[in-house]
Amino acid sequence: MSTATVGDLVSQPYKHGFVTDIETEKIAKGLSEDVVRLISSKKDEPDFLLRFRLKAFRQWLQMEEPDWAALGYPKIDYQNIIYYAAPKQQEKKTSLDEVDPKLLETFDKLGIPLSEQKRLSNVAVDAVFDSVSIATTYREKLAEHGVIFCSISEAVKDYPDLVETYLGSVVPSNDNYFAALNSAVFSDGSFVFIPKGVECPMELSTYFRINSSDTGQFERTLIVAEEGASVSYLEGCTAPMFDTNQLHAAVVELVVLDDASIKYSTVQNWYAGDEHGVGGIYNFVTKRGQCRGNRSRISWTQVETGSAITWKYPSCVLQGADSVGEFYSVALTNHYQQADTGTKMIHVGPRTRSTIVSKGISAGHSSNSYRGLVQIGSKAVGAKNYSQCDSMLLGDQAAANTYPYIRSQQPDAVVEHEASTCRISADQLFYLQSRGVGFEAAISMMVSGFCREVFNQLPMEFAAEADKLLALKLEGSVG
Amino acid sequence: MIRPDAPLLLEIHELHARVEDQPILKGVNLSVRAGEIHALMGRNGSGKSTLSKVLAGHPAYSVTSGSVRYRGDNLLELEPEQRARIGVFLGFQYPVEIPGVSNLEFLRVATNARRLERGDPELDTFAFEDLVRERLKLVQMDPAFLERSVNEGFSGGEKKRNEILQMALLEPLVAILDETDSGLDIDALRIVAEGVGQLAGPDNATLLITHYQRLLDLITPDFVHVMAAGRILRTGGKELALELERTGYDWVDQELARQPVEVA
Repeated sequence: MSTATVGDLVSQPYKHGFVTDIETEKIAKGLSEDVVRLISSKKDEPDFLLRFRLKAFRQWLQMEEPDWAALGYPKIDYQNIIYYAAPKQQEKKTSLDEVDPKLLETFDKLGIPLSEQKRLSNVAVDAVFDSVSIATTYREKLAEHGVIFCSISEAVKDYPDLVETYLGSVVPSNDNYFAALNSAVFSDGSFVFIPKGVECPMELSTYFRINSSDTGQFERTLIVAEEGASVSYLEGCTAPMFDTNQLHAAVVELVVLDDASIKYSTVQNWYAGDEHGVGGIYNFVTKRGQCRGNRSRISWTQVETGSAITWKYPSCVLQGADSVGEFYSVALTNHYQQADTGTKMIHVGPRTRSTIVSKGISAGHSSNSYRGLVQIGSKAVGAKNYSQCDSMLLGDQAAANTYPYIRSQQPDAVVEHEASTCRISADQLFYLQSRGVGFEAAISMMVSGFCREVFNQLPMEFAAEADKLLALKLEGSVG
Repeated sequence: MIRPDAPLLLEIHELHARVEDQPILKGVNLSVRAGEIHALMGRNGSGKSTLSKVLAGHPAYSVTSGSVRYRGDNLLELEPEQRARIGVFLGFQYPVEIPGVSNLEFLRVATNARRLERGDPELDTFAFEDLVRERLKLVQMDPAFLERSVNEGFSGGEKKRNEILQMALLEPLVAILDETDSGLDIDALRIVAEGVGQLAGPDNATLLITHYQRLLDLITPDFVHVMAAGRILRTGGKELALELERTGYDWVDQELARQPVEVA
């Protein structure tokens, strides 16, 4: 008889690893100005957007890929990527009955039913398949409240002025290498606009599903909340299992005006590569929110469990007086995954506050780094920041690193930073087992306990999913 | 209470076990029937604690020969969580802290695992809270302990009382209490002893591992076993414990010297 050991823990295969057999239109590999023009014309875009893309592309050509992150990966051949792929159904369907049933089935399988009878109630979903939005639910109901929730491609046609005003205003195209690339070739993503004084009546959610193996995924999301408006938005992501790496370089921009708030939650479960580190998504994302208005608030909550490589720093620029930025994160890495993730809280206005709670769980041979910046500008009188970075190491081959940066030009600012590291000990595990708690359940209990503070920030339906997802992701991970 | 026809709950036969390469148990023989209270005494290093861990299925220990039957079935082939669910309870000498895991949640999951095994319906959060608050009275613990993480920041006495609380919730058939009395002041000791005494009944059995007589003043054992060098050397009634108080363990060395050395 042998007690279940670390290695015996039943391996849970990535259940989203299937590929949908559907006709897809793709353009040839490679990136050039012609490709950028082609993308723009395929999407029938107005002139301002083509100029936006071309400007970004030219900037990208002048830039160099950054290499400062604690990540190791083979050089990306940008000419060996397809920059446009779309499932071969014509224009966006007005009724879900007209959407290719195989697509509906895909989302059903992923737990995101789109059909009338089965859809998630009180959550409007924009389903994006290979960077093309195929359906958005509850549009009429939202329209009654004046809320715009649609794909960026549609927003560009239906609300060009809004898009032109805000696109690139939070993340300028020359902000960084991947933002420039995204700005040149982005395909689709979500656009949300909440008008003055409106509290969005339902949760909004975009579900990103990558299906093709050799395309790059460049989503672009823009959310604007006018004065007194508020919205809670959730982003979910999965991809099939391929043995090559895929590049996912997304940009998310959030804008909140006076007294407005946006809560942005992400549960990311891109394919992470197999247990030998083969395959998996490269997830390089620029997410930034601007608290332009006084007393405005942006809250980022993320559960990152997938991707071979994760490189993202959801950030807040706290311009408005008394504005608040929050970042709650659980990043789990296993096998050979690498993550360099964190946040930047830039305090500009007076009495601005920021909270950072980062939980890293490293298992297998993975490497998990927190990188955070708290910057207090000279006008940020009375600014306050609280940061807490906790690492949990499972097994003895994993690594956890912390790179906190604090830059303050404000003598009366209060900046607190706490950090801790822990392991799951065999004694703790045995204690739980000796009380009838199974091995897997025990690990799950301890990891959940560790993540509790962050999971409590997620919308209720997704907190339970996050718990389960974390349990599934931990295989052979305790020493 | 000794009833010769009571069901045999635990039957340990020639049990040999080691930790890493070190043999610790060298042929333990012990039978425990329902309704009985056994005391296991002996010096540090005699193997008392090891025996309790082996019975609970601690992964660091491996059984090299011998058998353990629990209610007639082979206990050693079961995972620790399964042993707990079928009614084997180990009260730890040094209960470990588990930060981040709420005591209430942990107790509820454990209790329900046991209930499920017995065919009883699981308790939801509310029903369980009622049950646990009632059981808290047995160990005189403040409900505030439920909100804390398992054993985190608990004093030694509080940890031991948490063990007894778990016993009260899990209702095991065989409770092995490893030096539950160590580190306790006289009041805490009394609470623990009363709790154990109240939980002991005609259908279950308790194995108290202890150094000292004082716990046995409060809980009268039916059998007292003296363990040394990985085996039970002598078995007697409650008077044996009193005798040990008087004489100490020196006689043990003499007796061991007379016995053949076992080649492990």
